Amino acid sequence: MQRIFYGGWSITIVCAIIGFILAVQFRQVRDSQATVPNQRLEEVSVRLIQIQEERDELANRLEILQRETNSAANQEIVSELKIQACATALEGEGVIVKMDDSTRVAKSGENPNLYLIHDDDLLRVINELKAAGAEAISINGQRLIATSEIRCAGPTLSVNNVRSSPPYEIHAVGDKKSLENSITMRGGVAETLKVWGIQLEVTASDDVYIPPFKGTFKRTYGKVVDEK
Amino acid sequence: MLRPLIGLIFGIIAGSFFPLDIMGAYTKLFSVVLLVALDSVFGGLRASVNKNFSDTIFISGFLTNALFAAFLVFVGDRLGIDLYYVALLVFGFRIFKNLAGLRRYLLKNF
Repeated sequence: MQRIFYGGWSITIVCAIIGFILAVQFRQVRDSQATVPNQRLEEVSVRLIQIQEERDELANRLEILQRETNSAANQEIVSELKIQACATALEGEGVIVKMDDSTRVAKSGENPNLYLIHDDDLLRVINELKAAGAEAISINGQRLIATSEIRCAGPTLSVNNVRSSPPYEIHAVGDKKSLENSITMRGGVAETLKVWGIQLEVTASDDVYIPPFKGTFKRTYGKVVDEK
Repeated sequence: MLRPLIGLIFGIIAGSFFPLDIMGAYTKLFSVVLLVALDSVFGGLRASVNKNFSDTIFISGFLTNALFAAFLVFVGDRLGIDLYYVALLVFGFRIFKNLAGLRRYLLKNF
């Protein structure tokens, strides 16, 4: 019996190593089994609570806003603002201007660019229409708003970042007589463009349809301040 | 029998509080070293009941076995062959053999 106790300190040390490894492994296995799903569970439940709070808050806000907007006066203001922001379709008397590239073939030595419609030709037409009191304008189904661009994009034209190619159809709502006259007047746009053979045709109509602006209104840089 | 138990308990306590995490690459190493240590302890106990225990043989045997087992793990990882199974099998086998020796001695003497 005395002999069993003989295994000296060396066995004790190795036993300590065994215990150490066992404990580390045990702890690790327990951690990987228990805590990872637990952690996930906690994470998800915290998120759930957060989102529920967010939802309740939004629901409250929706209710408040709906109560505020329900009054008739507000409704009127909102619809008027929508019209001014070009967010609604319009129909009324006005003109339809159809423009297309020239049918003439450029003579040798001549710049063929002269016989094509450019952004500045369209800009001039638009400018004339606006000067004549057009209330709403669209080009090939793209509503012109305050921030709309009209520019050459290769052989095509980009309006509201949507490209279209000739022929261009400009719809404008306004007094059809003055709109028509503004384009066709002597020394006006139509006459200048005719020099290059660019086809321009103005039709007055009693029901010109203008689609609404379909993009998003962005305001990143501007801050609303008091007038100075 | 007392001192090995004290060592074991001490090791478990140390391991529980030691902030060490075994990363994936070292789990094989640890399992092999664990088996080597177990084998050494059983071998040592058996030797001590057979009255031919020697500290030098015990420690050198433990260290050589552990080093060679670690080497097998390392080479096996490099070659993509699970060579450490060899160490696991051999040491597992030896543990049972040593246990059998211990059992025989205890049955004979008590």
